[in-house]
Amino acid sequence: MKAQQLNEEIMKIKKNLAISDTGFVFDPSTGDSYTLNPVGLELIQLIKSGQDLPAITTHITGKYDVDAIAFERYYLDFIATLRQMHLIDDNA
Amino acid sequence: MTKLAFERPIIQRINAGLPSKYGLPRHIEPLSHIEGVSIRELLSRYGSPLFILSESTIRRTYRDAHRAFSTRYPNVQFAWSYKTNYLNAVCRTFHQEGSWAEVVSGFEYDKAIANGVPPEYILFNGPDKTRDDLQKAIKNQSFIHIDHFDELYEIIALTKELNQKARVAIRVNMDTGIYPQWDRFGFNYENGEAWDALNRIMASTQLELVGLHTHIGTYMMSTEAYKTAAAKLAALAVGLERKHKHHIRYIDIGGGFASRNTLRGAYYPGTDTAPSFDDFAEAITSALMSSELKPETLPMLILETGRALIDDAGYLTGTVLANKRLADGRRATIIDAGVNLLFTSFWYDHDIRPVEATSEQTEDTTIYGPLCMNIDVIRGSILFPLLKKGDHFVIKRVGAYNNTQWLQFITLRPKVVMIDTQGQVHVVRKEEKLETINAQEVVPVHLDKIEW
Amino acid sequence: MTTLDKTLTIAVSGINNIDSPGPGIPVIRGLRESDKIRARIIGIAYENLEPGAYMHDHVDKAYKMPYPSDGVESYLERLRYIHSREHIDVLIPNFDSELFTLMKSEKILTEMGIRTFLPTLAQFEERHKANLPDYGRKYGVLVANSETLTSIADLNHIREKMEFPIVVKGKFYDAYIAYDLEQARIYFNRISAKWGLPIVVQEFIRGTEVNVIALGDGRGNTIGAVPMRKQYITDKGKAWGGITLADDTMMELTQKIMHATKWRGGMELELIRTKKDELYLIEINPRLPAWVYLAVAAGQNLPEALVRLALGEAVQPFARYDVGKMFIRYSYDMICELREFEQLSTHGEL
Repeated sequence: MKAQQLNEEIMKIKKNLAISDTGFVFDPSTGDSYTLNPVGLELIQLIKSGQDLPAITTHITGKYDVDAIAFERYYLDFIATLRQMHLIDDNA
Repeated sequence: MTKLAFERPIIQRINAGLPSKYGLPRHIEPLSHIEGVSIRELLSRYGSPLFILSESTIRRTYRDAHRAFSTRYPNVQFAWSYKTNYLNAVCRTFHQEGSWAEVVSGFEYDKAIANGVPPEYILFNGPDKTRDDLQKAIKNQSFIHIDHFDELYEIIALTKELNQKARVAIRVNMDTGIYPQWDRFGFNYENGEAWDALNRIMASTQLELVGLHTHIGTYMMSTEAYKTAAAKLAALAVGLERKHKHHIRYIDIGGGFASRNTLRGAYYPGTDTAPSFDDFAEAITSALMSSELKPETLPMLILETGRALIDDAGYLTGTVLANKRLADGRRATIIDAGVNLLFTSFWYDHDIRPVEATSEQTEDTTIYGPLCMNIDVIRGSILFPLLKKGDHFVIKRVGAYNNTQWLQFITLRPKVVMIDTQGQVHVVRKEEKLETINAQEVVPVHLDKIEW
Repeated sequence: MTTLDKTLTIAVSGINNIDSPGPGIPVIRGLRESDKIRARIIGIAYENLEPGAYMHDHVDKAYKMPYPSDGVESYLERLRYIHSREHIDVLIPNFDSELFTLMKSEKILTEMGIRTFLPTLAQFEERHKANLPDYGRKYGVLVANSETLTSIADLNHIREKMEFPIVVKGKFYDAYIAYDLEQARIYFNRISAKWGLPIVVQEFIRGTEVNVIALGDGRGNTIGAVPMRKQYITDKGKAWGGITLADDTMMELTQKIMHATKWRGGMELELIRTKKDELYLIEINPRLPAWVYLAVAAGQNLPEALVRLALGEAVQPFARYDVGKMFIRYSYDMICELREFEQLSTHGEL
């Protein structure tokens, strides 16, 4: 049931975030800046484009040498980090 | 089409404060091979974690040290400090190179004998020599380095009982301008105690005074202090020549040379600050050569350096068990080797590397050992590449003190292998098993039966 | 004797021109105003917010560096990269913590074609805070009594050796006056967390702090020297304003030290003049200080002289300086583009 929710939930990246294609992120509401590694940048772009976890997983496992179970672990950890940094809009 | 290597996704806040601990993040170079042997293969063959020793590095380091001293002084002898690493394979490598043995207990003494060291090439140091130990050393004509007056008188009594002369030296402690001054071992130089002890020995017909010994401290980064120490021992030797017309056979300047490990709290890494063997040799030999010791009766110079000779030759490798995030968002990586195996992580910021190639990305990481204990921290804070579960790590410069001070705590100690100079791998210490530990235990009969 | 026909590339660190500034920008101002050298300035930055990196009138191009605490190897690796792009002629380090690393690498730098003008390792070590009592004895200079501590437990015995207040100092930077043991402990922890061990505690000498900036040619000659008194000191212990002095005893002391030690490079002497008119040496900084531009304005362009010495030119000692020349330090809010911050923080160069 939980996994089901997880799959259907589409993350919303905080609005107004300025994300450059070098992986530099600026949060205009707090003034904080961040850097993403290439995989992190790719994930953020996929999430922003409205893709859910299954779609993202298909994309990533097709491109990179990682299996779906391992990827899910890193994905969830990444999302948790974004949430801790208040870069995810949970109310959207 | 081959797939791209996957790296876990990360996002990091850019530190805008001034000044943070890190400038430009440094890429930590992976270390995949030791002496041409793949660490991954060693791990799959011998298990994880694993200690790896390089025989070539031991021999190379020894020869470098020997060259530094013997090109500056006519008569140089090394004595391998057993407590630093008394794995027999290590000791025997040093003995093959020409090292005598320096021991500080009856156990180490017997180990040296069992390694085939002629007893007259054993220096017996330390405050803990039992009556039996002393008897054995006297009979064997080993060099006994006397630590205190109680021992001196015990030796005199024993030589009478045994009706045999003993070869002795005294250990001298002194002010060399460094802090803390090691004054708990030996006889003090400045207050005249050392001179008194020497006169007492000279007055005994049963004792042959062969040498003077000091050991000024541990992890010494100052060569100046050795210069002072050598000068003071030389002054004692000159005093003996003047008063007793007695020439001692050797001056033993001890050990304590810093290795290239980085002490916790140090600003620069040890690789930048540790003096070279040439630096130490220059300080020590220049003090001896410029003393009033006569060139024709220059005593042998003995060195007991342990750490600086073996640290670089030892590696500890293993596997990442897990990654987690700490409450403050920082990364924690748990590895399968903890302070039980790496005792020296209490005082060093050890150089830890990934075995497999990683990207340029790093993250502020705490590296924990596997023990169920809060103090089991290998690195408190390090900008480390993003290792995943199952990836491997290797820790450099673990050759000194870990194979002697490691703990059989919570888990068993792993194999130690040595890569010989031909690249062949030998197990030099087997892994412990439950039976290894249980073999030492005796269960009282009434505890035999347990009913559930 | 001019190098004007060629534009030199000079790399300068310490461009943290904040409220307690590094000497980088003042050094660069001296170079920019020189009529003997023309320079392209490469800023060496360690942090994303070092103002100098964004001051394009002063710094032509800035690069981020790993800290010297990461080790000589990674430092040189980055310097090699910068050198391959910029062909550095002269490097002027302005942080104490860089000096050890660079002195150790002097030969390699020379082989690369990068000139420096640094004290020798022996000169550098000898004047270290921890060695100051020996230094005083050796060169006949009054110095504050000091002790080197390697653990906080050592503080408990300090009362037997000196009276409170004491000055608690870090290996490279930071100094705090402690009036009791409790304060001393707090400062010990604060400083050691930042700069590592050892910590030096020094007897507190009452009097007026006066300073001398000087440049030695490495053969015992003083190429330039300007004494100054800080007119007001900020809560961080830095000069708010200062004024050049005419003081023969300070000049004599400076020349005596320069002559005896054959100091090579820039130097700042921190002195205390007591009520009895004695001059106590409390610290020797092994580089040009942040107030170096006052010396430039007073007629001694020491950064320019330092570069020329590094290039191996014969430099005549400065004969005079203006007495009573003042500086007042001020801050200024520079407006920067986020794009530039992104550039420096993600690419390490700007």
